[in-house]
Amino acid sequence: MSASEGVAARAVDVWKSYGSGDAAVTALAGVSVDLEKSRFTAIMGPSGSGKSTLMHCLAGLDDVTSGEVWVGDTKVTGLKDRGLTELRRDKVGFIFQQFNLLPTLTAEENITLPLAIGGKKVDKAWFDVVVDTVGLRDRLTHRPTQLSGGQQQRVACARALVSRPDVVFADEPTGNLDSQSGAEVLAFLQRSAREFGQTIVMVTHDANAASYADRVIFLKDGQIVRELLSPSADEVLDTMKHLDSVVAVPHV
Amino acid sequence: MFKATIKSLLSRKLRLVLSALAVVLGVMFVSGSFVLTDTLQRSFTDLFSSAFANVDVSVSPKAEKGKEPEPLTPQAIDDVKAVPGVASAVGDVQGSARPIGKNNKVMTTGGAPRFGFNWTGTGQEKIRDGGRAPAADDEVVVGAYLASSGGFEVGDDIALLTLEPKKTFKITGVFEYAGGRESLGGELAVAFTQPVAQKLLLGQENVFSGITVTAANGTSDDALRDAVAAKLGANYDVKTGATLAKEQADQINEGLKFFNYVLLGFAGIALFVGIFIILNTFSIIVAQRTRELALLRSMGASRGQVIGSVVMEAFVIGLIASIVGLGAGVGVGALLAKIFSSLGGSSLQLAGIGVPMSAVISSFAVGIVVTMIAAVTPALRASRIAPVAAMREAATPDRPLTKITITGALVAAAGGTALGFGFQQASLPLIFGGILVAFVGVALLTPVLSKPMVSLIGRLLSWSMPGLLGRRNSARNPRRTAITAAALMVGISLITGVSVVLTSATKSIEKLASGQLQTDLIISGEGQMEGRPATFGPDVLTKIEKTDGVESAVGWSSDGVLQGEDQMFGIAVTNMPALKTMFALKPESGDLVQLKDDQIGLPEDLATDKGWNVGTQVSLQLAKASAPKTFTVAFVWAKSQVLQGAIVLPPSASKEFRSDGIGQAFVQVKPGTNVADVQKRVEPLLADNPEITVQDRSGFVKQTTSQFDTVLLMIQILLALAILIAVLGVINTLALSVIERTRELGLLRAIGMRRAQVMRMITVESVVISVFGAVLGLAVGLALGVATVQALKDQGISELGFPWMTMVQYLVVAAFVGVIAAILPAIRAARLNVLDAIAYE
Repeated sequence: MSASEGVAARAVDVWKSYGSGDAAVTALAGVSVDLEKSRFTAIMGPSGSGKSTLMHCLAGLDDVTSGEVWVGDTKVTGLKDRGLTELRRDKVGFIFQQFNLLPTLTAEENITLPLAIGGKKVDKAWFDVVVDTVGLRDRLTHRPTQLSGGQQQRVACARALVSRPDVVFADEPTGNLDSQSGAEVLAFLQRSAREFGQTIVMVTHDANAASYADRVIFLKDGQIVRELLSPSADEVLDTMKHLDSVVAVPHV
Repeated sequence: MFKATIKSLLSRKLRLVLSALAVVLGVMFVSGSFVLTDTLQRSFTDLFSSAFANVDVSVSPKAEKGKEPEPLTPQAIDDVKAVPGVASAVGDVQGSARPIGKNNKVMTTGGAPRFGFNWTGTGQEKIRDGGRAPAADDEVVVGAYLASSGGFEVGDDIALLTLEPKKTFKITGVFEYAGGRESLGGELAVAFTQPVAQKLLLGQENVFSGITVTAANGTSDDALRDAVAAKLGANYDVKTGATLAKEQADQINEGLKFFNYVLLGFAGIALFVGIFIILNTFSIIVAQRTRELALLRSMGASRGQVIGSVVMEAFVIGLIASIVGLGAGVGVGALLAKIFSSLGGSSLQLAGIGVPMSAVISSFAVGIVVTMIAAVTPALRASRIAPVAAMREAATPDRPLTKITITGALVAAAGGTALGFGFQQASLPLIFGGILVAFVGVALLTPVLSKPMVSLIGRLLSWSMPGLLGRRNSARNPRRTAITAAALMVGISLITGVSVVLTSATKSIEKLASGQLQTDLIISGEGQMEGRPATFGPDVLTKIEKTDGVESAVGWSSDGVLQGEDQMFGIAVTNMPALKTMFALKPESGDLVQLKDDQIGLPEDLATDKGWNVGTQVSLQLAKASAPKTFTVAFVWAKSQVLQGAIVLPPSASKEFRSDGIGQAFVQVKPGTNVADVQKRVEPLLADNPEITVQDRSGFVKQTTSQFDTVLLMIQILLALAILIAVLGVINTLALSVIERTRELGLLRAIGMRRAQVMRMITVESVVISVFGAVLGLAVGLALGVATVQALKDQGISELGFPWMTMVQYLVVAAFVGVIAAILPAIRAARLNVLDAIAYE
């Protein structure tokens, strides 16, 4: 089985539990989801719902207890460290909540880091497009300590995009930012999906952030319980409020 | 607060182990030195008390200064026998006797004596079954140790070197000591019949070197000594066996004490390096604990309590490290004593291993004090952190390096000045103190140097992304990199300094040999035989002179010569004109011609020193002359690198030397003659003197300078510990940096850095630090070496030579060391779980 056309990443009946015996905690309980190409998908849910775990499993940062994970046409499940590393390097981009940048490298070096690690040439034209889109042209020679939190996060976005990965995973990318900087980052992610066709998967618990997404998936107790398409912030907030009363629905 | 300290210590076991290891090694060296010397001292004391077990009182002739003691006559023995309370008085004959092994080489020991004596049957030596005492002139009995180590048995022939050249004897028996002991302390002993012993060992008939006296029942050793001394008068030394044993043991122990100081010196260097490592470890730990300490401060802990917490941590680490180090030191000391006792077949019977108080006290003092000294600076820094600033934390701010640089320059200058004065006044404490202070100064300067140097070294290694990251990481915290590198600098600079001095010395000797020695063959004894060089008969020199192809030959016998109270070195030269040509000597005044029997010649500086000129009359006491004799100065030769401080005597003077044998001789071959051919013809003439070698000029230089290699090797081994500790420092710094950069590593792995690339990154950082340390060490070592050579210019090191090849080797070794040091931290970094690492606080 492979990921079908138009799907950038897919989870098939993914279970993930930590520990064993009485202490076992089930983080994901049979999650199946297709993440379509060129779409900006947000994964939402309360703390402990398993949203971060799902992202980690999809991105090859964590292994699954059972089920299968695919990125593009690569089967992630079963890959060894080397394969996972190459997957992360070539097929996936990351934006973390904080500590995205290496303090010893300039902004430009940070952006091109995944390419440098892989020994690949920088596509200069694409690099310029990305840098201009995030508005960092005049900050390229700065070190992270000389950049504001928002600028740092935009550098991280540029880094995630510059290698044209199959999927960019963003883990609470605006969690540490003020609302103005957060809005800039989110707008950029939205634009990347719409203008450049970049598939983006973002984990957040912020309803406002989720409202930038084309599709919002709601997780609760390790299961997908709802999803919304291009919702407003209020709709998302409303759904979150009522998650308690929602029963798990089968994957659509 | 105390509880918090202990908890924090225990939660960081790895850091605890790493920072304690440097102290453990240093303390191990200190206590090991004490245990080793203590064990050896007690072993030698035991050895001599068993050697003199059968001696109640011993009589020996008293030596007048500068004169050979008159040997004892049989009359003296009779006199002693007549003393009331004497049970027996036996005349001893003892002197140097070197056995030649079955491989035709002179047998050697690891420092134990090789001697012959007269077989009296009254000593503690017992002949083993199947043997008998020597009865004929060509019969000997040999010690069991000689027999076993040389493969000799009763009935075998054995060749011996004594005052006379090689002579062959038949072995009639093998003797051992009580309990079947082969030897007392690895000595090679052989016994002759009395007349033969007297002739071969003392060179005279019917004389003795001492008397062994035993007391009759009821007479104490002290009373007997006094009675014998009263009977014999002032010309004899009369001592009890116990006193003799103590004197001889003390003499050896004095030497061991010096050996101990040398070891402790190296232990000191190792600990000095250890201070750097501990200082660095504590700085890093404190930096990483900034938040924890700030939390304590914000909860109301005073500055004093924070300092106390860090110092307390140091105390605990120091204490534990001292205990472990002491234990390890006892083991190492015992092991070394064991190796020492079997070294070169010296088979010294070891007294039990003991732990002297000095080892315990010094271990704890050194271990705890060193650790606490190293922790003071980080503790003070920790206490200055404002609580809120620390809670916010993030990156450690780059503090300006101005203050540390100025301090470093001042300290280095102070060290250099002390070193200069030290050389001027030839004061060892000033020299060593100066070097240590200079090291501290340079270490303080290293942070400033580290930026340009690290980027330069790093550039060579950073062709790939991991390399670039590694290089940037090593430049990240100049202080940390600098201190780590400075620790490596200490060992490497000391070795480099010594290498420069030895290379310069070798070069000087080579220049001397090629420039001033116009001689083709050099004939000399191998080292010293019980205080005197091996010699060969003057008749052999005559034969050499007549050998086909020899243009001229000159030799000398040497001995101490006394002028008033001044001991001088005299040589009786057989052929002065030949010596003049071969050594390129130039007259300062007078003509360098053959001396008459009452003339002497001097070098310029000695003449100036003494205020003597041609025509000055000088009274000299020769060893075997009954009274001083007057000589007239016939010539003074201009300052030369050879024959420094020697006074030339006429050939006839050798008759009044302790030995008239030739110790050194030089041959010039006829023009157009092949030196090797002549060497082949000369060598057989010396076949009976296996301790004498014939060498051409280059062989002679090689032999003379080969001892430098041994010195260098020993210093390298001793400094290896300092370098090992420095390597631990590199590992430590890297390991702590890996912990500190856990999240960074996690990020790198998350965005696709392979494990091998992570390891390469850490390795580059390690190699950059190591090579930086090596480069610093080479630079400082060169400076030290050049300064030393300048200071020794007057002592014969006239040339400056640089050990380039050796230096390149050190650099390569340093790079290799960097790779090794990176292994564990790199594996640790590569194994990090990506998710945990990213979430790491």
